[in-house]
Formats: sequence, structure tokens, C-alpha cells
Amino acid sequence: MAAPGPSSRGGHRFDGAPGTGPGRDGRGAGPRAPWSGAAALRRSGVAASGVAPRHRASVLVAVAAAAVPLVFLVVFFVWPVAAMVGRGFVMDGRLDLSAFAEVFSRPRTWRIVWLTLAQASLGTVVSVALGVPGAYLLHRCRFAGRGFLRAFVTVPFVLPTVVVGVAFRSLLAPGGLLASLHLDGTFAAIVAALVFFNYGLVVRTVGGLWERLDPRAEQAARALGASPWRALVTVTLPALAPAIAGAASLTFLFCATAFGTVLVLGGLRFGTVETEIWVQTTQFLDLRAAAVLSVVQLVVVVGALLVAGRARARNERALQLAAPVSSSHAPSLLPRRGRGADDLRALDRTAAAVTTVAVAFLALPLVGLVVRSLRTPAGWGLDNYAALSHPAGALPVTVWEATLTSLQVALDATVLSLVVGGLVALVVSRRPHAPAARRLVAGLDAAFMLPLGVSAVTVGFGFLLVMDRPLGLPVDLRTSPLLVPVAQAVVAVPLVVRTVLPVLRAIDPRQRQVAATLGARPARVLRTVDGPVALRAIGLAAGLAFAASLGEFGATSFLARPDRPTLPVLVYRLIGRPGPETYGMALAASVVLAAVTALVVAAFERVPRVPGTVV
Amino acid sequence: MKRKALLGALVVPVLAACSAVGAAPAPTGSAASGAPGGSITLVTHDSFALSKGILDDFTKKTGYTVRIVQPGDAGTLVNQLVLTKDAPVGDVTFGIDNTFASRALDEGVVVPPSPALTAPAVKDGAPYRVPGDTTGALTPIDVGDVCVNVDHAWFTAHHLPEPASLADLTKPQYKDLFVTESPTTSSPGFAFLLATIGTYGTDGWQAYWKALKANGVKVDDGWENAWNVDYTAGGGNGQYPIVLSYSSSPVDTIPKGASAPTTGALLDTCFRQVEYAGVIKGAKHPAVAAAFVDFLLSDEVQADIPGSMYMYPVSSAVTVPSDWAQWAPLATKPISVPAADIAAHRSDWLQQWSSVVLG
Repeated sequence: MAAPGPSSRGGHRFDGAPGTGPGRDGRGAGPRAPWSGAAALRRSGVAASGVAPRHRASVLVAVAAAAVPLVFLVVFFVWPVAAMVGRGFVMDGRLDLSAFAEVFSRPRTWRIVWLTLAQASLGTVVSVALGVPGAYLLHRCRFAGRGFLRAFVTVPFVLPTVVVGVAFRSLLAPGGLLASLHLDGTFAAIVAALVFFNYGLVVRTVGGLWERLDPRAEQAARALGASPWRALVTVTLPALAPAIAGAASLTFLFCATAFGTVLVLGGLRFGTVETEIWVQTTQFLDLRAAAVLSVVQLVVVVGALLVAGRARARNERALQLAAPVSSSHAPSLLPRRGRGADDLRALDRTAAAVTTVAVAFLALPLVGLVVRSLRTPAGWGLDNYAALSHPAGALPVTVWEATLTSLQVALDATVLSLVVGGLVALVVSRRPHAPAARRLVAGLDAAFMLPLGVSAVTVGFGFLLVMDRPLGLPVDLRTSPLLVPVAQAVVAVPLVVRTVLPVLRAIDPRQRQVAATLGARPARVLRTVDGPVALRAIGLAAGLAFAASLGEFGATSFLARPDRPTLPVLVYRLIGRPGPETYGMALAASVVLAAVTALVVAAFERVPRVPGTVV
Repeated sequence: MKRKALLGALVVPVLAACSAVGAAPAPTGSAASGAPGGSITLVTHDSFALSKGILDDFTKKTGYTVRIVQPGDAGTLVNQLVLTKDAPVGDVTFGIDNTFASRALDEGVVVPPSPALTAPAVKDGAPYRVPGDTTGALTPIDVGDVCVNVDHAWFTAHHLPEPASLADLTKPQYKDLFVTESPTTSSPGFAFLLATIGTYGTDGWQAYWKALKANGVKVDDGWENAWNVDYTAGGGNGQYPIVLSYSSSPVDTIPKGASAPTTGALLDTCFRQVEYAGVIKGAKHPAVAAAFVDFLLSDEVQADIPGSMYMYPVSSAVTVPSDWAQWAPLATKPISVPAADIAAHRSDWLQQWSSVVLG
């Protein structure tokens, strides 16, 4: 008998459910225990006396589980940011908020706020519009090369923005392949680059839920006469709404804080709040203006999170989840017989067409990058790759050594972000009855998204301000190698939460209640109800977290000890150095980074499913 | 107990996931740092580099290893030093340049080396000292020129005489041919703005930039973008044969097998950059930090500077590479702006520049 997988819920065969009675191993115990079946359900309905202490205990566990990530967030994010912003508002020991009036009286401020909102919104809309069909095709359909494509679309997410910016400009600038589009230095070019970076993020976060969605609801709608379109719009998309809203909010945050992309492609003409914070902090040392802009950024981000949170809350509910494999089908590009087959084919074709365009769009700059990495001063060849084995132009390490460092740091960061993000997802996935507790849980969810929406400069400088004696401990964390994975995990945690949470939330709480009523302790409920379902989502999340850590540059560059720089830091140093070979090497190193990412992401997809479970 | 189980439930799948990359080595925690003699921390910009083994020689001499922190460009470096004044990140700094020197001195983030420097090259650097730095807190280590570069090959192919001065760049025959870098986001870009201020005066440079803009100047965010994408001689399919770069850049355009570069620097358009080292105020190891400044002036480091950092050593005791001597001379009359003026007017000038050029 299978563990209580989600699909067993549909049948309401509770007395056949695995015996999870107290002190029992469960498997094969059968329904004969006094706790079994419908009787238990009835009992739980009137809050049997045995349930209350257990409830209190589980609240305690939830609070404890929330405390770990909260401490992490406060120490490694809230505190540094508050210290940095505080520097701008506290003058000679007094709070001085006059900077607000000053900064907002500049016309430029309003322009950059508007530009930030515009580019982030457009980037998000286009990424989602392209990414949802992609999620369907890459996570719901089976075809040759699917695994490759899934890894491929994640690659842009980790590439250094400077490299991609230059690759984009090489296509768009006069003399480039796409020069005739006259997009060089335009707003459209920035939006295109933002979509390039975030498409894979949407595919993964939406695909993670879609591949587990039980197709029977849609099939039922179809059987009742709904057209495939209608079934998609009225059944499937609403079910996916939480994941889509989550993906959109992630994308919005990434777009709103895009830095390198905006600068390389648009210069300061299209400055955003993020680029302005960088300029004010690192060039002008105008901490007052930077602090005001940081607050503006926070307001924008919190606003976006509220909108996304509402969209999620409206639609989030228990879903029918199923095993990914059983629901997959080959895209129906070939004629099929039966009612609505034409429409279904049209739907699949649309998804395939949109995804083909999207993949081609991703491939263009990447191919350009590979091609130019093969160009050497002497013609074409692998010289740039051969050069990777030597420390380039007096840089301290070779590209291979930096790759190893990156992998080590990213592994640490991934483990850290899975523990922290997993705990957050777990706590947030529970729906407490008290409205106050409910709001608390929602607030916790939003709080862990914030690091994506706050400038890396603010966080980086904040680290330097407070990490000399963190919590009074006599260690200077600022030059410690430990801080690098921590900084990367801060960025990766929200990705983990957004990938795992929709799946956990989709589990019918009644399943947990039933398990609990049957006598399972919370840990056991977790292991048998949540665990199997979450496992694959955690695999996807681990891939994403690993990719995010591999590609992280902003905070890392503040902290990386350059005797052991990470690969993106090395690429950045290479590309900024004069010399005929260094640019080619920077590109070759980027290609290595892309390949490593693709391999790692593909490996994470192969997380084994627990044997004996239906999911 | 429950907590343990909870964590276990999370950690187990995590470990399972990690085993998928079994090839990845153990976490970095074990990476030991710090030699028996201890270590000093150098805070520098992200262009700092020395050939392999050179820093080991410092360790051999003093027993101290050198840890390096590179927060960003020269501006980020100085601002980080200012922000962490009360709890410095390191002992010694290198890379503050003459455009940021006044800020560092005014904020008191560096102190004179003690014991006093003994390297003979100290006196070679004397002419480059920051005016007003009476205590000698900033020691000149290397210099370089930011100059307009031209692609000889392109001008020959198009039968066009090359420009020679800043004024030439506003002439109609050079319309849409010049790419430079934004002074707000790029150090060479800021150096070029200073070159125009030094040439046309604090009231005249705005008109010059208006004329440049009318003549189709292209402004990129950074050097790598201008050189790799837009410059005709930068290896891409660039369309701009005039670029803002360094006086040493032509050396990078010597084709394989040839002896002469295909590009050149216009030596009448150059702004002189000087890079300084200093002992950070509040350093844990001030004497070792002073020894490191001395070390930067040693023949070994000074001779390595052209090849690893693309700057010219201040020391007269070492020779620059032969192709540098031949193809990348320093300007004889570089344009300069007093450091105190730069510190006083930096944000003002940048804001004016933004409104003139970005609109």
C-alpha cells in the first residue's frame, strides 16, 4: 500500500489508508486499529481532547521552525540594510529626514522611479507571457531533448550581466547581426535582456507546480464539453495562479534591481533606482540620497509583493497533485482523433511555437558569445580555452580553480538556502486559523522575498558596517570566507521558497489532519505527507538555488577574497582588463560557467523519487 | 527531538540532492588562511593584480601573508574606506587615485607610514604627491595616462586625416566617430571629463560637451563596452574609430607577427592618473602595512606593474617593456586639474555633465 499520496484523497477511502497509528510502523498495519477510518474523522470534527495538546505542540514546532530562518534574515539582511540606511538618515546623532524633500524635488528622481517601474513591469509581463507556455511544454510534455532544453533555459540566469550586456550589444550595435532593428541603446533592448535573464526562472517556478497538477480536473472539464481553451483558462490557469504570481513577483524583483544590464545596454539614460543607488553610494558618497532611494526601492518592492500576495491568496488552495510522469504526454503536433482534438493540437502548437521563438531568442546571444570566444587574434581556434589553464594577466588563479571555488561556495550556499528556505516554506505552507497568525505567516513569506528587491550595494556596504563584530562576537566576518555563501544564500532563499511553497500549499491540509488524527506525530506527517511531494520540488529548488549562487556577483564582489575569487568575479575582472586575449578569455570563461550550470541543473533534476510512493 | 526530526526531514533530501554533484569538493570551511606569522589585509580596487609569486616574496621577507579585498573601482574603494573608518577592514590600501585622493585625505582614512619608507623609489614619486598632503599619507606608486585613441588602419582606409586634439573631435569630419565612457560610471570616463575641464576651464567645458554631443559622441557605461563593442580596433564589429582609452592601449593592437600597432594614442588629449598606497588609519599591523608600501616601491613590484596593471612605475630604477617604450609613451604635457578642485566640485561637475549630455 502506498503512503498517503495526494491522489488517495479523491477516493475518500480512509479506512484503507495506511495505518499510521501510534507506535506502529504503518506499512501493512491495516485498518483494524481503533483510530482508523471515518470514526477518527468524526472525532476530529469535534476537536477531541487528544488533539489539542498535539496542536499546541505543533504550534511550538512551527514557531521554532520559523525562528531559525528569521534569525538568519535579521542578522544577514535586515541588520546590515538598516545600518546602511540609518547612516543616511542619522546626522550627528539626530534623525534627519530632510533628504526626502531634497531628493524628491529633483526631476531625475521621478524619472528613474518611473523607469524602474516601467522596465520591471514590462520585463515581467513579457517573461511570464513567454514563460508559461514554456513551462507547459518543458514540464508537461514529453519529447526528445526536453532535459537539455530545461537546463538550457536556466543558463542565462547565471551569466554575468556584463558579459550578456556586451553580447547583446554586439548583436544590436551598428555592424552587429541585428543592427537593422535599430535597438541599440533603446529601452526595448533593456527589456529584451531582462526577459533573457528571467525566462528560465518563470519556466522553472511555474513548471514545478504544473508538472504535478492532476490532469483529471482538466479532463473532467473537457468531458463535460469545455473546449481545451476554456479548460485551460477556467481550470488549469487558475490552479497555476499561485505559481505564476510567485514567478512574476520573483521576476519583478530581479528586473527592478537589474544593474549591469541597464548600465551596459542603456547607459545612465535609462537609470533605475538601483543604478542610482550605486552611483550615489560608490561615486558621490551621498548616503542621504542613497538612503532615500533605498526606501523608495523598498516601497516599490513591498508594493509589488502585496499585489502578488493578493493574487496568490485569492487562488491558492489545495490542488489535485499527481505524479509528474503519469500526466505527461507528447505535444500533439500530429493529427489526433476525437472531440476537440483540433483545438488541443492548436494549443500545443501555440505553446510549441512560442517556446521555439523564446528558445531561439535565448540562443542568439549565447551563440554569439560562443562564436566570439572562438575568435583569437590569429583567427579562429580554441586558444582562449587553452588559456584558461593559466593564471591570466596576473590574476591570482586560473579559471578552473575559480570554477572549483564557485562550485564549493555554491554548494554551501545551496545547502544553507535549502535549510532556511525549506523551513520558511514549511511554516508558511501551514494555514493557522487565527487571522493574526495568518497575517504573521504571510508577512514571513514576504519578508524573505525582500533581499531580492534591495540593492546589492546597500547590502554589501551594510555587511561591511556591521560584520566586524557580529553580535558582539570577536570575529571579523567581513574578510571571512564564510560570509560569501551566506550572502549568496540570502539571494537564493526566496527562490527556494517560491519553488517549494506552491507545491506544499497545494497539499490538501485535510491529508495532514487525517494523518494527525490517525496518530502520526508532526514529524511523521511531514515525512509521509509533505516529504514525498516536496522532494522533487526541492530538487528543482536546489537547482535554481545552485544556479543563483553560481551566478551571484553583486554581494559576492564585496566579499570574495580575491586570492580565491568565484568564477563570475573572475570573468568580471577579465573583461575589465585591457589586452587582446583577456576579452576572449572572459567569454571562454563565461561559456564554462554556462556549461557547468547546465550540467549541475540537469543533475539536480534527477532527484530520486522515494520508492513506494505514488508521487 | 521534534526539531531534530524536522531538520532531519529537510536536510536528508538536501544531502540527497547534493550527492548528485558528487564531484564537488568539500565545503570551504576547511580552507585555512593565515600563515604562522599572521597576515595583513590589502584593500584595493578590482584592477589590482601582480604576477604569481610576487606576494609570496613579501611573505618570505616579513613572515606575513597578504589577504586582498577588492570592493570595486577606485570610487567604491575610497568610499568603503570612509564608511568603515571606525572599524577598518584592512591594514593597507592601494589604488586611491588623484581624482579621489582629496576625499581620502579629508576624511583621514590614511596615515603616514611608520616606520618611514626606505625604498629609493620614494623620491621618484615625489613629483606626483598630492598637493596639500603635507604628512605624506599617500605614497605615489604608479602613473598612467587616459587618452583618446585612434584606429590608424581605419583612417588610412578611409583617407581621412586623424584628429590630434580635443578641439578636433568637434569638427564635422569626425561626426559619429568618437566613443567615450560616462564619467558617472567609469574612471577613465571621469578622467576624460577632467581633461576637458582642464583644457576649457570650469566655465567652458559645458559648451565643448554640447559641441561633442552635436557631433554624435557615443557615451558607453564602461571601458569594456566601448572597446569590445564599439571601437573599430577592439576585436568586435565596432563602428567608432576613435575611443577613449589609455596611452598604453596601442600596445594591445600589435597584430601577431607584426612589430607595430595598428592604433595610436593622441598625446595632447591625456589626463594623468596617479595611484597611491597608504597605511589605513586604525590598522592592526601598521608597521607591516608600512613595509608593504615599501614593497610596492621595490624594483620587483615596480617592474611588474606595466605587465599586470597597465600602468607606468614611478621608479626610475626599472625599465618598462620595450614595446611600451616604443609605442606607449606617457604624454609630455598631460592635462591636470588640482585635486582639491576635484574634491570640491566632483558631484557638481557630474550633475552638470549629466544634464548637458544625457539631457
